[in-house]
Amino acid sequence: MPRRPSNSPSVNDSAIPPSSSSTKPSTKSNRLSQLFSSSPKSKAESQTAQTSLQNASAGYYPNNTAPPISSASLSLPTISLSTATADNPNMDEPPTTLFQPPSPEEARRLAKQHAQFGPLGHHSHRYSSRHPGGVFPEPVMDEPPYYYLLTTYISYLILIAFGHVRDFFGKRFREENYRHLKPRNGYGALNSDFDNFYVRRLKLRINDCFERPVTGVPGRYITLIDRATNDHNKHFYFTGTTTDTLNLSSYNYLGFAQSEGPCADLAEESIRKYGVSTPSTRAESGTHDIHQEVEDLVARFVGKESSMVFSMGFGTNANIFPALVSKGCLIISDELNHASIRFGARLSGASIGMFKHNDMRDLENKLRDAITQGQPRTHRPWKKILVVVEGLYSMEGSMCNLPGLVTLKRRYKFHLFVDEAHSIGAIGPRGRGVCDYFSIDTSEVDILMGTLTKSFGANGGYIAADKPIIDKLRATNSGVIYGESPAPAVLIQISSALRIINGEIMPGQGEERLQRLAFNSRYLRLGLKRLGFIVYGHDDSPIIPILLFNPAKMPAFSHEMLRRKISVVVVGYPATPLVSSRARFCVSAAHTKEDLDRILTACDEIGNVLQLKFSTGIAGGAFPENEEVTPPPEMEKEWRRKRAPRIIPPRWRIEDVIRRGVQDVKAPLY
Amino acid sequence: MDIQETQRLLSEYLHELANLFHRLPGSAIFLRYVKSSYQNDPIRSAVELFLFLFAVRYLLAPKYSTKPNVVQLSDDEVDDLVDEWTPEPLVSKPSALEEMEVEKRAVIVGPIGPKSKLSNGRTVMNFGSYNFYNFNTNESLKEKAIQTLRNYGVGPCGPRGFYGTQDVHMKTEADVAAHLGTAACIIYAQAFSTVPSVIPAFSKRGDIIVADKGVSYAIRKGIQISRSMVRWYEHNDMEDLERVLAKVTMEQARKPLTRRFIITESLFESYGDMVDLPKIIELKLKYKFRLILDETWSFGVLGRTGRGITEHQNVDAAEVDMIVGSLAGPLIAGGGFCAGSEEIVHHQRISAAAYTFSAALPALLSTTASATINLLQNGPETVSQLREYTKIMRAQLYPRSDWVYCSSAPENPIIILPIKPEVVASKRLNIQDQQFLLQDIVDECLANGVLITRLKALDDNFEPKQVIPPALKVCVTLGLTKKEIEKAGTTIRHAITKVLSKRK
Repeated sequence: MPRRPSNSPSVNDSAIPPSSSSTKPSTKSNRLSQLFSSSPKSKAESQTAQTSLQNASAGYYPNNTAPPISSASLSLPTISLSTATADNPNMDEPPTTLFQPPSPEEARRLAKQHAQFGPLGHHSHRYSSRHPGGVFPEPVMDEPPYYYLLTTYISYLILIAFGHVRDFFGKRFREENYRHLKPRNGYGALNSDFDNFYVRRLKLRINDCFERPVTGVPGRYITLIDRATNDHNKHFYFTGTTTDTLNLSSYNYLGFAQSEGPCADLAEESIRKYGVSTPSTRAESGTHDIHQEVEDLVARFVGKESSMVFSMGFGTNANIFPALVSKGCLIISDELNHASIRFGARLSGASIGMFKHNDMRDLENKLRDAITQGQPRTHRPWKKILVVVEGLYSMEGSMCNLPGLVTLKRRYKFHLFVDEAHSIGAIGPRGRGVCDYFSIDTSEVDILMGTLTKSFGANGGYIAADKPIIDKLRATNSGVIYGESPAPAVLIQISSALRIINGEIMPGQGEERLQRLAFNSRYLRLGLKRLGFIVYGHDDSPIIPILLFNPAKMPAFSHEMLRRKISVVVVGYPATPLVSSRARFCVSAAHTKEDLDRILTACDEIGNVLQLKFSTGIAGGAFPENEEVTPPPEMEKEWRRKRAPRIIPPRWRIEDVIRRGVQDVKAPLY
Repeated sequence: MDIQETQRLLSEYLHELANLFHRLPGSAIFLRYVKSSYQNDPIRSAVELFLFLFAVRYLLAPKYSTKPNVVQLSDDEVDDLVDEWTPEPLVSKPSALEEMEVEKRAVIVGPIGPKSKLSNGRTVMNFGSYNFYNFNTNESLKEKAIQTLRNYGVGPCGPRGFYGTQDVHMKTEADVAAHLGTAACIIYAQAFSTVPSVIPAFSKRGDIIVADKGVSYAIRKGIQISRSMVRWYEHNDMEDLERVLAKVTMEQARKPLTRRFIITESLFESYGDMVDLPKIIELKLKYKFRLILDETWSFGVLGRTGRGITEHQNVDAAEVDMIVGSLAGPLIAGGGFCAGSEEIVHHQRISAAAYTFSAALPALLSTTASATINLLQNGPETVSQLREYTKIMRAQLYPRSDWVYCSSAPENPIIILPIKPEVVASKRLNIQDQQFLLQDIVDECLANGVLITRLKALDDNFEPKQVIPPALKVCVTLGLTKKEIEKAGTTIRHAITKVLSKRK
């Protein structure tokens, strides 16, 4: 395929005002420039013509032929400015033809649309995720060399020691800063000195990586409101500018965070028709016909007889458990379950047990113990046992072992509650969550809970179960009796998103979203593994945590990514174990392959600087020994095992990762 | 090589060893200890040596379970027990009351306004929702919400801590704080989840809570999850509160100082009556307690501009440590808030579960809250009109009805009407009978074109059990004429008389 004519870069250059973060590109500029500047967000960083050319051309090549990208050109991170292959099919024609460039309004509209949802680059960038059958593998937990573990502990020691030294002097010379931590005037301390230490001395240092204020739609791109601090992150002030960043942080799995398109149109109509809100509870007079419609739709979508929706996902979990279990019942919960489940479980009054994350053998032992020993002290048998797991764990990226759970359920007769907060919509060939992914009948799971915030771009949560259960819960669940009813616009966003996935509205689009998400998840995961990062979780999970370990690498990674205009979430203790601080990428269907390549390139550079490439290769991503004799993808695993019994730490060059990514992504990743 | 040689070598080695031993740090102490413990009695040393060896053995011994009376069973026995065990079903059969409760819920087609269309095709006057000011049908608010929708989409797709903090949320927080007159404010995504999260964020195990016996379900859940020590005082009884506070202060006098809270509502969810805030402030200052005040039902209702009870009773909002309220209901947005000092708000951003672990409030609800607060600030006549309408409605029901009384404060647009105790006694009605009777009244009203509801109550597992008298709930709304309000009031009164007089 020919490269773009050499006159295009100069045109391109003129269309992008360098380092302008708040001005829109001048629409009166050269009309030709519009052709090449259908950039998703016009507030682009300044870049050289050379890199923009090469990035643009990279998107044009069929995926397994090598685009001529030199490593020098990649050293500068860039937004691929001409993303729209589908919209500008005549791009590689010389600009002297009859091609009509889109009008400025049209270009702006497209740019806005693509900033929320990127167009599909190539038909091969799709995949359908499904468990291939057989035993569900445990995710391989790679470990770094001891050096990194040791330095992590030392780092925390230093941080804590420094914290105490600062406290020692602070309490003597800056007494006013510690007032709320000490009893004063006969009032107890508002929060304890000890509990507050972590927040005051560790988290404060990296506060600028959290609660970053944003504006606009959290779609493919997210607009951060820039802020700065004069007092070491205690307070922030706004600088008055904004930055558009590639969004790897929002739970926008299917890309429904959009302010345009069918969902938003229908939501607007619903506000006009129903008003902004439903100012009552469901039990009083806050039930609309649309509530019932959405509940039916959700029930049909997840494959249960009946469902109920709530205005808050956290509240859904917090209120459901008291309605299901009580004193004399046992909840056995995965140790990594979300705080909302713990909150609800504590309110229920039932006894709570825990099992090791995703460890079916441990769960079985716990069950056998519980059934034989009965309740503590009295030894009366438990009234019922409720096993609570999540479909997809938000910090680990791992999925629950549903086949294993169902086998155990048949034997031990417990009730199964699956929280599909992250997995609904995001997993399975039809987006129906973990049951769909494992091809397990939903009747095997008693209660399917999920949120509507994440995949559907709305808000709230749902509970789906058999009709008798839901009918009872409608009378006993406090969320129905006291919780505010979901607002009409939120409901319509849910129903339109579900109908798009079903194919009722805009047939084909729902499928595209599901398949793009599946492709994007695997592509980014494979790329990161090949670059040498330690990545947790299962192959098909759209949550991709990469391990950083040392605490100082959290802010460093976040800042470096922000410098490259990518927003990521970094998490450390106490949300994760002390040593395994991580950065978490949430992939979306709205991302294009070029976006992912940009992320990989950025990670490659940052990984080199911050020494993050420490995988041993046991989690996959190994370099094929001889490229000429590469076997068909389905045989690759066998072949590799025979050829290379010794595991070599993968440290691919970024060019190779991008070149082979699309081709290899459909094979098992390890 | 003979025996002397060996002896010499041996003693040399021993000497060397002794030298080495003396050079070890602490060896002198050890020697001194052995000498002093020996005291010409080898048995003493032997016993000590034995004790030492025993300690070593104990430390190296394998761990064993400390759980009392765990019955050891063979695998076959376990399998048998597993086969034998039959768990209860996940939920029990619904009771008659629960069935009725679900069956009788009204379904509204179209907007919730002063007149709402039901799914059976009838249009009724709606006295069942918290749309007091009828903001829900306000076109300018709708336009504003649509504008927000077109700029932000619907959901924020993330928790506040991770890129879910939108500029509109910060604006709403500032607006609420400015309206109330507090230093800062934090908003939550659901009003009902706000208090249960605020209370355990501050009050932990070992802290002390003094709470009103009549507080709402949400507050009870918050107290339950905090695991603090609770003392209850009689509903709205200031003398009893003082007695409890004095008692707690006495009991705790010699113990280390812990956090102490008074928790109450300004307008009670279950009774509708009002708290005496100046008195509570006086007591809280006297006994050095912090005050968590739930303004869910008074924010946007009480006061000249709907600032809540602090405006109504002329109390500086900064005197209240935490004001918790709702943006749903009359403000027709969604979510709840907690207002207080910088430190109080900041602490919640890290440690309040419903804030940190939940997705943020949808932007369009956030801007709606800001807009309605603005409407209230600039339109005190709307608030006074609501109060006038409430008066008209009340006049029809209380004290004119022989069957029910009104426990709500006169300013409360939620009129709560329990059956008079003498009626309950003479007809020997238990709680369940009353609920069924009240539902009959609700049905009778609906047949005559007036939608009202029953006060909903849910039993919980938290001791002491709370018994709330079953009641009717009438929510006054603007957007109707005075005549219509009067007529609706008469309809309700007649329905009450009709149903209750029929009952033997």
